Amino acid sequence: MINSIPPAAIFIIGALFIPFLRGKIKSAYMLLLPVIAFYILVTIPEGKHWVVRLLDYDLIFGRIDRLSLVFGYIFSIISFIAILFAIQVKDDVQHVSGLIYAGGALGVTFAGDFFSLYIFWEIMAVASTFLILARRTEKSHAAAFRYILVHVVGGLFLLAGIIIYVSKTGTTEFAFMELKGLEAYLIFFGIAVNAAIPPLHPWLQDAYPEATVTGAVFLSAFTTKSAVYVMARIFPGAEILIWLGAFMTAIPIFYAVLENDIRRVLAYSLINQVGFMMCGIGIGTALAINGTVSHAFCHILYKALLFMSVGSVLHVTGKIRCTDLGGLYKTMPVTCLFCMIGAASISAFPMFSGFISKSMIVSAAGHGKLVIVWLMLQFASAGVFHHAGIKVPFFTFFGHDSGIRAKEPPLNMMIAMGIAAFFCVFIGLFPQPLYSILPYPVDYVPYTGAHVVGQLQLLMFGALAFTLLILSGYYPAELRAINLDTDWFYRKGSRLVVYIFTGISMKIAQICDFLFIKFFPEKLGAISRKPIISLIGLYYKTVGKDTAPLEGYSENPKPETVNLIPAGISVLFSVFFLMLLAVIFFVGL
Amino acid sequence: MKELKIFDKPENVKRLLYIFYASLVVLLIIDFFIHKHADFPWEAATNFFAVYGFVSCVALIFIAKILRKIVKRKENYYD
Repeated sequence: MINSIPPAAIFIIGALFIPFLRGKIKSAYMLLLPVIAFYILVTIPEGKHWVVRLLDYDLIFGRIDRLSLVFGYIFSIISFIAILFAIQVKDDVQHVSGLIYAGGALGVTFAGDFFSLYIFWEIMAVASTFLILARRTEKSHAAAFRYILVHVVGGLFLLAGIIIYVSKTGTTEFAFMELKGLEAYLIFFGIAVNAAIPPLHPWLQDAYPEATVTGAVFLSAFTTKSAVYVMARIFPGAEILIWLGAFMTAIPIFYAVLENDIRRVLAYSLINQVGFMMCGIGIGTALAINGTVSHAFCHILYKALLFMSVGSVLHVTGKIRCTDLGGLYKTMPVTCLFCMIGAASISAFPMFSGFISKSMIVSAAGHGKLVIVWLMLQFASAGVFHHAGIKVPFFTFFGHDSGIRAKEPPLNMMIAMGIAAFFCVFIGLFPQPLYSILPYPVDYVPYTGAHVVGQLQLLMFGALAFTLLILSGYYPAELRAINLDTDWFYRKGSRLVVYIFTGISMKIAQICDFLFIKFFPEKLGAISRKPIISLIGLYYKTVGKDTAPLEGYSENPKPETVNLIPAGISVLFSVFFLMLLAVIFFVGL
Repeated sequence: MKELKIFDKPENVKRLLYIFYASLVVLLIIDFFIHKHADFPWEAATNFFAVYGFVSCVALIFIAKILRKIVKRKENYYD
């Protein structure tokens, strides 16, 4: 019976009841929703479910197959963890929008047609914006505004592509598509915005660090990974993604090294990790797609873990900059340990989850003999260890002692981190359960001698470079500064546009003001009061005669009071007649 | 509140560094005995990954320092 409800609806409709509940019931209710969704996904058979006929099209809310199921599982799991992490928050806006956001992601995942995909796509954009707004600072409001603008633009590209696609093919159902023709490019662009492919990425590093402590955990999981899913669904094997993905892994790590805000460092490393997935989708072989999907699965867990652990630091200290933090291992050892587990996982240390998933993508690049791509991915692997693996825990929990003596965060936050950390280690040690749910059969063995030693060498000698550079003082110092990214173009560009347009429109307004408020009314008023005298005067003026004989007749500078019908009455009349017209029109029809 | 102070002592930091360096040496030695199945010829070269990892990270910092000169702005730049 419960199987008749799509998981997306459980979250979205379920979220609406949250404000009416209180205390422990509320907590239990919120935690129950992802459990129900997960149960439905485990029990439901593959195929098409929840098809609703609307006008001439089918809305398919449940395309259940191996690709969508993996994403459905992980989205439900991470919702549970993120809700548990957020449960002590006394702000219903965050709870409701977080759950609707999660529901939107599940809706996108199981959408079998473009219309329902688009609806859930926009639900995600709107709901996630509230997680940034809910920080309730000036900065977060501005960032949320930029965030929603970027996503609305991306959504419009997607919509334009969908409309062309539907009018061309006559169906709203979608599956694999070649990257050919206008509609494919528009859809590709729309997805690329959500996937944060450079140079369309800056919304991510701009907005996520401004979100609330718990909101950032939701944000880190859904938007980019649902875009990964849709990309893998529609454009597997699109060659351009190989290169976009490779650059996407490399570019953000330079910024991450320089960045001072720790959550912004994580945002950059998020882009870097999604780059691996994009690259895998571009390669498009069974191994690469398996690698992409499993990497998305692992990534969601360890990235959430990292955002939770540094979020806990922000929660208890109120600080998040490298320059303000340091030495926190002394009083927050457990949070520190969780952070290091997340760091080891994102760095793909053997025994941790990233290792068994990322290596599939890199191996797929190797098997495809993509020399430069392979070298770039290895470079990015070393680089991600450098900033997310070492820099984040080092500058937060070790490094210089900031003097802050903060307590561990509340128990529910610790348990949430504990669950995520458990998954990171468990998947790293026993990859088989994850491998068994991937879209294609897996015959990949991550733990070979060459592999383990090669990866350890790459990471440990990267760490050696870090150590030597820190000890020698050559490592770029943490500075209170920001680094320009491609959002410069719209953040500064918008001011230029505003400047130009307000400049022009102000001039037009001034001219209009002069002409229509002052010049014409005065002249017309003067003429209409004493028409003959004025006309004679005007005539005298133009032919150059002396106007002295008219002095006595010259008009009174103050206009007489006139009984005017108030403007409201005429407006009322026009509205009335328009209504009458409408009634006649519709009745006549 | 109980505090951990393990890294307040310089000798502990030194010990950690020695363990770290020792593990690097072990990794370099182990590589001679590993059977390789490489996609590229250089991948099979002994200790390729050690060199590549080290060079990558130095290059990363080097380029990042140049990048900082170009993109660094004051924190209130956009305000």
